[in-house]
Amino acid sequence: MKTPRTAMRVLDAKERQTNFCEVAEGFNFEEAKLEALRCIDCKNPRCIAACPVGVEIPSFLKMIINEDIEQAYYKIYEDNILPSICGRVCPQEKQCEGACILTIKGESVSIGALERFVGDYALKHKIVKKEEIIDNNIKVAVVGSGPAGLAAAASMRRFGYDVSIYEALHDYGGVLKYGIPDFRLPKDIVTTEINKLKDIGVKFYKNVVVGKSITIEQLMDEYGYESIFLGSGAGLPSALNIPGENMSGVYFANEFLTRVNLMKSKDFPSAPTPVKIGDNVAVVGGGNVAMDAARTAKRLGAKNVFILYRRDMDALPARLEEIHHAIEEDIDFRLLRNPVELLGENYLVNQVKCEVMELGEADASGRRRPMGTGNFETFDIDSAIISIGQKPNPILKDSTDLLKVDQWGRIVTKIHQTSIPGVFAGGDVVSGAATVILAMGAGKDAAVEMDKYIKNLKSE
Amino acid sequence: MYKIVEKKILNKDVDLMVIDAPLVAKNALPGHFIILRVDSEGERIPLTITEVNGDLVSIIYQKLGYSTNLLGQLEAGDFIEDFVGPLGRHAHIRDVKSVIGIAGGVGAAPMFPQLTAYKKQGTHITLVIGARSKEHIILLDKYKEICDEVYIATDDGSLGTKGFVTDVLKELYKDHSYDSAIAIGPLIMMKFVVLMNKEQNLKTDVSLNPIMIDGTGMCGNCRVSIHGKTFFACVDGPDFEGDGVDFDELITRQSYYKDEEHVCGLGLDKK
Repeated sequence: MKTPRTAMRVLDAKERQTNFCEVAEGFNFEEAKLEALRCIDCKNPRCIAACPVGVEIPSFLKMIINEDIEQAYYKIYEDNILPSICGRVCPQEKQCEGACILTIKGESVSIGALERFVGDYALKHKIVKKEEIIDNNIKVAVVGSGPAGLAAAASMRRFGYDVSIYEALHDYGGVLKYGIPDFRLPKDIVTTEINKLKDIGVKFYKNVVVGKSITIEQLMDEYGYESIFLGSGAGLPSALNIPGENMSGVYFANEFLTRVNLMKSKDFPSAPTPVKIGDNVAVVGGGNVAMDAARTAKRLGAKNVFILYRRDMDALPARLEEIHHAIEEDIDFRLLRNPVELLGENYLVNQVKCEVMELGEADASGRRRPMGTGNFETFDIDSAIISIGQKPNPILKDSTDLLKVDQWGRIVTKIHQTSIPGVFAGGDVVSGAATVILAMGAGKDAAVEMDKYIKNLKSE
Repeated sequence: MYKIVEKKILNKDVDLMVIDAPLVAKNALPGHFIILRVDSEGERIPLTITEVNGDLVSIIYQKLGYSTNLLGQLEAGDFIEDFVGPLGRHAHIRDVKSVIGIAGGVGAAPMFPQLTAYKKQGTHITLVIGARSKEHIILLDKYKEICDEVYIATDDGSLGTKGFVTDVLKELYKDHSYDSAIAIGPLIMMKFVVLMNKEQNLKTDVSLNPIMIDGTGMCGNCRVSIHGKTFFACVDGPDFEGDGVDFDELITRQSYYKDEEHVCGLGLDKK
């Protein structure tokens, strides 16, 4: 008998546009059990290999079926320290669920939703895995408290190291705090998951910009860290490089989302950092960040929010779920439109001029290349949010002569080690902007290499 | 939390605070800035470092908006929630025989570490300092210690020449020349000083203070057009060669949240 995939309950599409409450409500116990039962426990579970951190998915599903959610949590936690976060933001359709044998026959098991269910159960019931950590009193530092840094720190701590995380901002979590909005990832969940690392003894220091407040060299020479992990992410926004881009009313998505998420502009004036977008908002780009920006703009009260994207609907790089939610929330997709100029009066933006595009032959990415038609269209706007990608932040590179980066500013690594012996790196700062889970996978893998490096050093 | 070790009222709008912040002090150089948040809900506000002594970092701020007024309500012994730095590129101290500093209003604060650095390398320093009135001229005694010549301009004539710093410059340029110039003050002042100096073939370094959030190159709020190219004041600056800076664009960006600033300020009395 084939049971259909259990759909997750979501908030009403109209109502949710007026608040920042989480859209997807998650499974209850019955739904979770029903969905876990859909797993056919195949001989060669490809889901595990497709998970960047290698969560033993069939095992934890069995524990859900056996109604032992606590054990299911411990099982996930062995490989993934942030299940409530990953259950929400992983692109499962491209990873575990994409590899699920049931996908071929129709619909995969809803692994992401089940991971979230287990993670949330643990948060709600304050379940903490008792871990015995044998301290080796060797100091290591982690730069950045985003997904890569958190994963590296957790792994190193479990190996017994004395781990310190340095964060540049005033709050921990990196993109989980400043980038991803509450309606997709409530911030209290991020804080609670991060606090678990504090509980196992990871030390956290905020307001420290490594490369400025302390250099990498100083961390090694003066502070006595045997090894350092760099997980500073991809924070530098890419620009369109078109006329008018620096006018007022033109935001990079990073600024817009940081104002709303980290600085809580949505609560202005009770939170003193303002944000201003007006009625008509153009969001340029088609990735997850663009969807987040568009849906955030809607919730701040913008009447018309439209996505400008130079390819077609099929080529949108955002997760399917995010695109669906955006459509439900009346985000207007103006596709095959490529902004060529932002126009305004007295340095205040009021229009965006786009070239109408058409699709040609497939390019290196396998997608059909957008080509200009020579026809143009102009839209009236009150603000524009540019969301076409991020590159690694240049501060570490600029302050560290020996640190090699490539032409896009990404740190060059060999088996996770940078050009400086003992300094490792992973996540977006190495790969360029990618996903939370890939960054966590890189942090976890790099920790294994750091451990090897230090052990080698000590045995010499 | 960061302790306020000392607070000095410089005039009714401007205070100096000395903050205990060893990790900011550690690598700070002239031209670097900090970002602070007064409390756990606070805005991130950038301020140039005025002086560093051991672990202590001095800042000078003008009580203009909500957050700077809130900061002004704190006293020595109180704590600030967040204080991060040193941020930005340090100032480029040029190898010159003479320099003229042009400071407007509270711009005299970020100017101070730069002229101090020039003093250390033996450069002849001329300072033109201007403000609305006598009481708004800050750091005058400290400047007199390091400058070879000091000229003052006030809008109301209560001290020095009645008029703007540019009026003083016009007189000076009649029979003086300088190797290099630094101008720090309101955008409109920097704009006209740069224009005037350009006629004298005098290169002017300026220090920009656009709106910032993170201060580490992440948000792009602080971007500035120079000769048509985009720079981020937080990581590429805050000091730039003034020639080519689109000051008018920056003035608009600076005032984008003026109305919101007003709304926010209304709640201040309750705090």
